[in-house]
Parts: sequence; structure tokens; C-alpha cells
Amino acid sequence: MLEELMDAPARRNKTVYPFIDCDIHNYIASDAVLMQYLDPKWHNHHRTFGHRSHPVLAFHGSQYPRIAGVGKRLDAAPPSGLPTGADFEFFRLQHLDSQPLEYGILNCLSRASDQLHEEYDGALCRAMNDWQLEEWLKPDDRMRGSIIVPYENADLAAEEIDRMAADPRHVQVLLKPRTKEPLGRRRYWKIYEAAERHGLPIGLHFGGYSINPPTSGGWPSFYIEDHTSMTQAFQSHVISLICEGVFDRFPSLRFIMIEGGFAWLPSLMWRMDKHWKRLAAEVPHVIRRPSEIIREHLRFTTQPMEEPPKHEYLMQFFEHCGSDDLLMFATDYPHWDYDSPERVLAGIPDQLKRKIFIENARSIYNLAPRVSDR
Amino acid sequence: MSARMLNGRLIGAIDCDAHNAVPSVQALYPYLSAYWTDLMTDGGHPSLEPNYYPVNCALAARPGSRLAKGPPGSDSAVFISQVLDDTGARRAIINCLYGVQMLHNEYWAAAMATAVNDWLAAEWLAKDARLSASILVAPQNPATAALEIEKRAADRRFVQVLLLARSQMPLGKSFYWPIYEAAARHNLPVCVHAGGGFGHPPMPVGWQYYYLEEYLAVAQGFQGQLTSLVMEGVFSKFPGLKVVFAESGFTWLPSLLWRLDKNWKGLRREVPWIDRLPSEIIKQHLCLTLQPLDEPTDMRQLLQVIDQLESDELLLFSTDYPHWQYDDEGPLPPGLPAETERKIIHANAERIYRFHA
Repeated sequence: MLEELMDAPARRNKTVYPFIDCDIHNYIASDAVLMQYLDPKWHNHHRTFGHRSHPVLAFHGSQYPRIAGVGKRLDAAPPSGLPTGADFEFFRLQHLDSQPLEYGILNCLSRASDQLHEEYDGALCRAMNDWQLEEWLKPDDRMRGSIIVPYENADLAAEEIDRMAADPRHVQVLLKPRTKEPLGRRRYWKIYEAAERHGLPIGLHFGGYSINPPTSGGWPSFYIEDHTSMTQAFQSHVISLICEGVFDRFPSLRFIMIEGGFAWLPSLMWRMDKHWKRLAAEVPHVIRRPSEIIREHLRFTTQPMEEPPKHEYLMQFFEHCGSDDLLMFATDYPHWDYDSPERVLAGIPDQLKRKIFIENARSIYNLAPRVSDR
Repeated sequence: MSARMLNGRLIGAIDCDAHNAVPSVQALYPYLSAYWTDLMTDGGHPSLEPNYYPVNCALAARPGSRLAKGPPGSDSAVFISQVLDDTGARRAIINCLYGVQMLHNEYWAAAMATAVNDWLAAEWLAKDARLSASILVAPQNPATAALEIEKRAADRRFVQVLLLARSQMPLGKSFYWPIYEAAARHNLPVCVHAGGGFGHPPMPVGWQYYYLEEYLAVAQGFQGQLTSLVMEGVFSKFPGLKVVFAESGFTWLPSLLWRLDKNWKGLRREVPWIDRLPSEIIKQHLCLTLQPLDEPTDMRQLLQVIDQLESDELLLFSTDYPHWQYDDEGPLPPGLPAETERKIIHANAERIYRFHA
């Protein structure tokens, strides 16, 4: 197995390191497949009322439609005719077997977790988690998954975490940053309690739908703005988590910011440290510098990698945030803004590259080494 | 702080963001019609003093700036002495923060904006030739705001138009273009200052709990506004327009430039009027004030961030008086290259505001 892993890419490109892919997306092929996993008592509701979310559009419509191949790589469309990201065997061939991939972590974004009807959303999450376990996690021992939860209802979300956490293939709980309220608020704490109880980090992945506009100045016009502005949602959650004292309350909890960028982090650390000092009287429970709490409790995936015009600016990031442990590599397969492992970390020193490609993720997700990392 | 404390480095500086304050709403009554003063008297003289800085919190007023009577910044003699005389600055631009932009009655907002401008001209700008001010407008109705710009433009003591970052809609939207058209026609930059609030939460993920969070989130609001101004094509439509971000911080800017450039490469067919890298457009049209400076403890890292901007024409000196943003180290970071420092403390402001020494 090890030799197979190492040989395939070595033939193509000797520079590819073994890596853990911290962000892969899987899609359910059809409503018919979903119905096989959905609790029968919800079938009638699903057929009669079905999808209702914050954007008042039917059929999972979007106010900011993805414009690049419906958001997906054109070459990731499977020959079987199934939707992109829905054909496990094609995915295995295209993504898993062609690269030295030690583990791949699934973040399933569609169909569940954004419904206005929370009980129905809970049922959809259960169906999606059961489908993912059977059809994506069990077939290949490289695969790991994120538990999909109805995160705007923390009671239901905690129940689902308790239900799924027993299977060790689940390595985190999946939330999305377009929330009703900042994630430090107490309404989400039962999710953190359940995650901490099972030793699972929270993976916060790009996306979601919300009543809140994507900027404090209202709703922008374009997808390119919606996409760019998602980084500000991540920054706001960092502020909220620290100021509300979530990590004092849940000292072993970790948050992984997925597809939210990372180059903004040093500036936010500086801003938080500076104003925390002047306004400490308001948050007496925050007894450590925000930047210290961030370094201990937060991690960030690389894709979509910010690409500064000079390589030295990227290297300054590591110095400015004072840590080599924070970044973890991700491709975002099969989405349009996929980052290639052969390219994005070019020019980064080997030891640091190894941390980003494999070691930091092994550590945060507690994953046993499967391949030699040279 | 005194000029001597910074070894005279601020002598000749142009302070591009200092705040006076309306002492009480009645101070504006001489500049309002009877229709408004009657209603406001009936309404108990409603204060429009904004709550951007809870009045007794440390950040609201630096030591020595609180007054026996009235909010910090409301006494013009104290303001002139502390902002200009004590530092050796040769000019200060007053951004008067008053809650005009938050009103839901656009007619009242427009009347109040006019009153504040009249009050500024008569009771502040007339007192000292070193004072300049921003034109307050009510963005609730951009056509009316454009008329206010027309009215003030001939008075060269007004050097820019003031908008606020927490707007009703993203500032790039064509709704606001009458304001930019009037500003560009008169070569007036548009200053987007922290503040505002029209009902949207200060965070794009909902309402925060603490004031600290609200203040921290100001930087994210500016990131959204910059994205909107660029992507909606404001600078393609008004190629001479300059925008100044005040009290925005700037250490976040390099990371946003990289992100915008990357996203433009992938998604530019959605915005075909953007025909070059967003970072190029931004460097041509944007300036940012210095304070509050979100600086690292290691000043060498701050200089690296200033290098990452790849332009020494973006930063404008400011104190953010009377807000308590710095201590004995003063408002200007140490170790700047001489030419960069010269540009920050006055040359960049001279260029965009057309000040002549």
C-alpha cells in the first residue's frame, strides 16, 4: 500500500509530498438516494414542503450563483454521468489513487444544515451522515468525515454528535460561517460541549445561508464579493469565540477554519491584542492575550491560498503569527478554486512544508501515520 | 504628548482624522429652520451623539482630553491647542461624527447635515486657518447629498465628503453614485470613516455581545466596503475619484489585496468592467489613515507590512483625537524610512487634498 501511494505521483512529479487533504466535498447523487437514508416518517414532509432556507428560492437556488462550472472543476465530472462529486469510484481514481494522499477529510455541504425547519433539518443531517458513512467512509480506509449537524439548534446538533461520534472515522463536527449569531454566543455552547466530550474539533467551513448580510454595510451584488467577504465572517467568529471566553469554558476544544483564508490572521491578532489591552475591563474573563489563545486553539486550512506577489511575504506570515503549527493543506476537490499540492507550497522550506502537508493535521485530528513522510 | 516628545517629528504634519463634537443638539438650532427646531424641542432635544465610543470607556478619550462640560472635542480652543499647538501639526481635518447617517427620516437627516456643516464653517473653520473639515452628507438620499456637496464645494476649507462604513447598502452600489459624481467633479476625495449603523449587524455573522467585539469588527466592515467599491466599478466610472478610509486600520490590507487579485483571476468574467488587478486599482484610488494602528509588538514586522503594501503613497498621518489609541510612543511608529515618513506625515495628504505648503 505504502509503495503504491508513493509510486504513482513519483512517476509524475517528484515534488509531491505525502499529504492529508483537509477539505474534500462529496455530493449525494439524487433525491432517490437521499430517501433511502431519510427516516420514513419525514418522507411526506420532504416531498410536500421540502427545502426552505433563508434565501427564499426553491430548489436550493442561490442569490450568488457560482459562476465557474457551477462551482466545480470541469474535469471532475465523472464519465458515469453522475453529478460531479457524487461518484465515489471516479473520485477514488482521480483524487485518492493518483496522489500520495494519506487521509482525505470530507466536508459534505449540501442538502442539510441550513433548513428553517429545524427538526426536518435534523432528520436530513442524520440521513446525510448515514449515507456518508456507508458510501464514502466505509469503502476506503483513507477516508475521514465531518459530522453534519443542524447547528442553529444546539440541542439537536449535540444529539447528532453523540450519535455519530462513536465511529472513529468521524474526525470533526461541521459548521458553516454564515450563522444566525456569532459562534461565541451561548446558544452554540452545547455543540462545543458535545464535541469536547468526544474529543472532536469543530471544522468551520466556508458557506451557509443567513439572515445577516455578508458585510456590515449590507448585501453586495456579486458572487466575487460574496466569496471574498466570507473571510470577514471567519474573522468575526474568531473575535466572538475569544471575547465570549469559549476556550476558557471548553479548554480542550479546537476550531479549524476551513477555506476562510489565513493571511489576515496576523493583522487580526495584533488588533485584538491592542484593543483587548485598552478595553480589558469589559471582558475580565479573557485573561490571556487573544493571540495566545488563537495559537493554541485555532487552525487554518490553506485553500484558497492567498498568493502574495512576493514569496517573502508568505514567509513573513509564519513569523508574524508566531507559529508553524497553524496551517493545514487542503485542495477543496472538486471545486473550481482547487489548490494543487504540486504548486501552492512551492518554495516553502521542507520542514515547514511537511508540517503543513501532513504533521499539523495528524496532530489536530489525532490521525495515526499511514505513510512514511520522508 | 508634546512636539518635543516625538523629537519634533510631527512638526508640519497634516492630521487627517481628528474629531470635534457637537456640544449639544441645541448648538445646531441657529442653523435649523423653525419646522425642525419646533419638532425637536417638542421631542425633548434629542441628542444625535453617536455611541461609537461608550462615553466613559478608556478608548473614548485620551488622558487630558476630557472636558468639564460637554463631550471631548467639543471645545474648539482645547481642540486647537491639543491637536495643533501641542504637536506642531500644520493642519487638521475635522471629521465630525454626529448621528445624522443613522436617521430613518431622510429629510431630517439632510437638514441636520446642512446644520452641522454651517456650524462647522461658522464656529470652527472660521477660528483657525489650520482647520479643514469634511462635508457631512445624509447618504439616505444621494441626490440631496450631492446638492449639499455642490453647496460647499466652493468653500475650500471643506476638503472631502464624509461617509460612514456601516452603511445602508454597500458603498459601491450605484445608489450612491450621485455622491461620487459630485465629489469627483469638484476634486473632493470621499472619506469613509468608521461608524454608522442602519440596522445591519456590525459583524457579518450577527450581533455581537461586547463593545470590544464591535470595535474589533470595524476592520471587517471596511474590507467589505473596499470589495464593493472595486467590484461595482466605482473607479472605472469615476477615474479621478479618491477614497480615504479613516479609522479603518490598514495592516489587513495586504491580505485582502492578495485575495481580491486571486479571486479576480478566477471570477473576472462576472465583473468585466474590472480590466486590471484589483490591487492596482486600489493603490491608485485608496488612502488610509494611520490611527488606530493595529501594530505588532515588534516594529520590524510593522515595517514588513508597510512594505507589503508595495506603495508608500497610501498612508495618511492621523491621531484620531480625542480617542485613546496610543500612549507615550505617540501616533507615528518609529523606524520608518525617511522618505516614507515624509509622505505619511504630510506629502500624501498634500497630494490628494491639493494642499499647498
